[in-house]
Amino acid sequence: MAKGRVSIIVERCKACGFCVEFCPTKVLALSSAFNSKGYHPPHVVAPEKCSGCDLCGMYCPDFAIYGQRVPAGGVASPPIARAAEEVSDES
Amino acid sequence: MSGMSIHNPVEPFLRTDRIPHIWCPGCGIGTTVNSFTRALIGSKIDLQSLALVSGIGCTGRVAGYVKLDSFHTTHGRAIPFATGLKLANPKLNVVVYSGDGDLSAIGGNHLIHAARRNIDLKVICVNNLIYAMTGGQTAPTTPGHAITSTSPYGTFEPAFNLPHLVEAAGAVYVARWTTFHVRQLARSISEAFQKKGFSFIEVISPCPTLYQRRNRLGDGLDTMKYYKEKSKLKHGAPTSEVGLTMTGEIIVGKFVDRDRPDYQSLLHAQMVESLGEQYVEPSKMVCNCD
Amino acid sequence: MKADPRGVLTGTHFIDGDHACCEGALAAGARFAAGYPITPSTEVVERFAARVPIVGGSFIQMEDELAASITLQGAVWGGAKAFTVTSGPGFSLMMEHIGYAAMTETPCVFVDVQRGGPSTGLPTLPAQADMMQARWGSHGDYEIIALCPNSPQECFDLAIQAFNFAEEFRVPVMFMMDEVVGHMTEKVVIPPADQIEVVPRRHTSRSIDDYLPYATNGDRVPDMAHAGEGYKFHVTGLTHDERGYPNMTPQTQDHLIRRLQGKIQAAADRITLLEEEFVDNSDVIVVSYGITSRVAQRAIELARQNRLRIGKLRLITCWPFPEKRIRELAATTKSFVVPELNMGQMVREVERAAAGRAKTFPVSHAGGSVHRPEDILKVIEEASR
Repeated sequence: MAKGRVSIIVERCKACGFCVEFCPTKVLALSSAFNSKGYHPPHVVAPEKCSGCDLCGMYCPDFAIYGQRVPAGGVASPPIARAAEEVSDES
Repeated sequence: MSGMSIHNPVEPFLRTDRIPHIWCPGCGIGTTVNSFTRALIGSKIDLQSLALVSGIGCTGRVAGYVKLDSFHTTHGRAIPFATGLKLANPKLNVVVYSGDGDLSAIGGNHLIHAARRNIDLKVICVNNLIYAMTGGQTAPTTPGHAITSTSPYGTFEPAFNLPHLVEAAGAVYVARWTTFHVRQLARSISEAFQKKGFSFIEVISPCPTLYQRRNRLGDGLDTMKYYKEKSKLKHGAPTSEVGLTMTGEIIVGKFVDRDRPDYQSLLHAQMVESLGEQYVEPSKMVCNCD
Repeated sequence: MKADPRGVLTGTHFIDGDHACCEGALAAGARFAAGYPITPSTEVVERFAARVPIVGGSFIQMEDELAASITLQGAVWGGAKAFTVTSGPGFSLMMEHIGYAAMTETPCVFVDVQRGGPSTGLPTLPAQADMMQARWGSHGDYEIIALCPNSPQECFDLAIQAFNFAEEFRVPVMFMMDEVVGHMTEKVVIPPADQIEVVPRRHTSRSIDDYLPYATNGDRVPDMAHAGEGYKFHVTGLTHDERGYPNMTPQTQDHLIRRLQGKIQAAADRITLLEEEFVDNSDVIVVSYGITSRVAQRAIELARQNRLRIGKLRLITCWPFPEKRIRELAATTKSFVVPELNMGQMVREVERAAAGRAKTFPVSHAGGSVHRPEDILKVIEEASR
């Protein structure tokens, strides 16, 4: 069960890559989807590895992602990646 | 929609009606705002008594994005404006958030005098080694042999070593981090809030569109990796030794943390000594607003 | 609202204009000044530095006029009534921040004790050559108010008026003294505080959720908040909307600039203070201001002794320029004579407003001393023919 989960505000992302690079457990990767500005936002590739440390949130210059700890025993809901899921069908 | 973002720790501090901001992909200014926000949360600062003053430039735009009493002033003059704010209402916690060109070129005179006086200000200087907003001109901090729009054949002027400058001028707290050091930066800002006197925190940050691009140094991520690889932590390093080059070592850490009476303490002591009972504290300067 | 007695040095004094100006500022409620030494203005802040630790307030001598002119604005947003003091070279340095005050609607007073120029010029000698600069010195379109005292007593009285206008209209006010008025010593009567009216800060009474920093109620002037009260407002020199947010479009620019100008122009009748004497049924009207009006008074008396029908119009307010009054008078008088300690500045406004219906005669002077009454009389006589 993941200790944390990540939320992504896809439309704010400019695909700088900071979150992908500096996530200590490599939870993220840039997706092949596009947001409306043409950037590839990140998506979660290893949700079980997320510790909720929020380093992604601290690095993101566009305030487009943040991590939070999931309380022990809480439901491990899948990380939210809005709009990216909707668009990824195209690619 | 950003319905999910209610849990984002930075969100309550942003004027979300103005997001997305104007900074480029890979620019580090937004990253510094995250550290700033965490410092506000961690140090439990009363936001009502916090005022943020900025100058002109990319970093100057921070004032417009944070949900605080914020003042976007003129180029180089954030520090004197902040001085007036602080003197009129000493209860305010005044942060100056501005760029290297704004603070050390046109604002250089005010920087050194505020440090000399030890005015109780927290100065966050985002140093991207360039004048970014206006298209990438040479700044006093641009390292040697860099290509800029006003040095198309390469810079040759010696650059300022900002920590050294402000320490010599009298700052009581001097630290340098990069945008890679997000947690350390937040901690430094928190420490500065505990300090009375002129605090100066330099944050080296990428300008991928101009500085990095023109000098073939990669993009924002490449720069962040460079910061990670080439930063050397040296708390207490002599500031004369922390100068920067284009691709060399970046000394980071807390360099100066000392105690000197701040401007208002000195003023008070002098007035009490000279005037005794006659001296009236300037605390009630607020004009009568019926 | 009545003046705070702590700042009012009630009594009869024998002081010069610079000193009287300082007392006027204190009486008006100014509790903050940022300054930089420059002859012949320095005494204003020297006195303030001595008075304010006893009255309660703050003075700081900044490292240059660029700093002084914006430090005072930080103090305004922190809650104080604030001003600075300078002369020509410093006035030039302050221009950017006068524009910032106009754009952000920061109420404050800039005192210019004019001296010979241009450049370093004549530091200890008078001129009135910054008059156009007071109006147009900063870049862009904006309006300011400028007052011209002609005696130490007026340096006191009009200083209070300057602060009152600044607060009412949220505008920087230029207090245009000159070296003679500043350094002449005369009787100055300071009344009791309860006889002095001061305009308080236009502070908003709206709640935090309900407040827009640059929204107006139709009177064109928004209400202010101060830092530290929880309003979390934004102030910028960029073209902005009612929220104070940068909004750099031609539409927002048009709306903002027209409002910034309109708030002064609409109240011009109230703002343009004049002193008139025998202007109706006159052949010549002498238009003057500041120290020159004292010399002109003598010239007018001499002319009237020679049976000439001379009217006197003293500009107490120089900006906004009283063009309506000049236009009215141009219809009934033959000529305007405009002596000034410059090579022709306000005379251009007189000529423009007269629009050819009356002749306009300048009496120029490059500065360095005041006119001789004979010099003005000669032009009055010429204008009467």
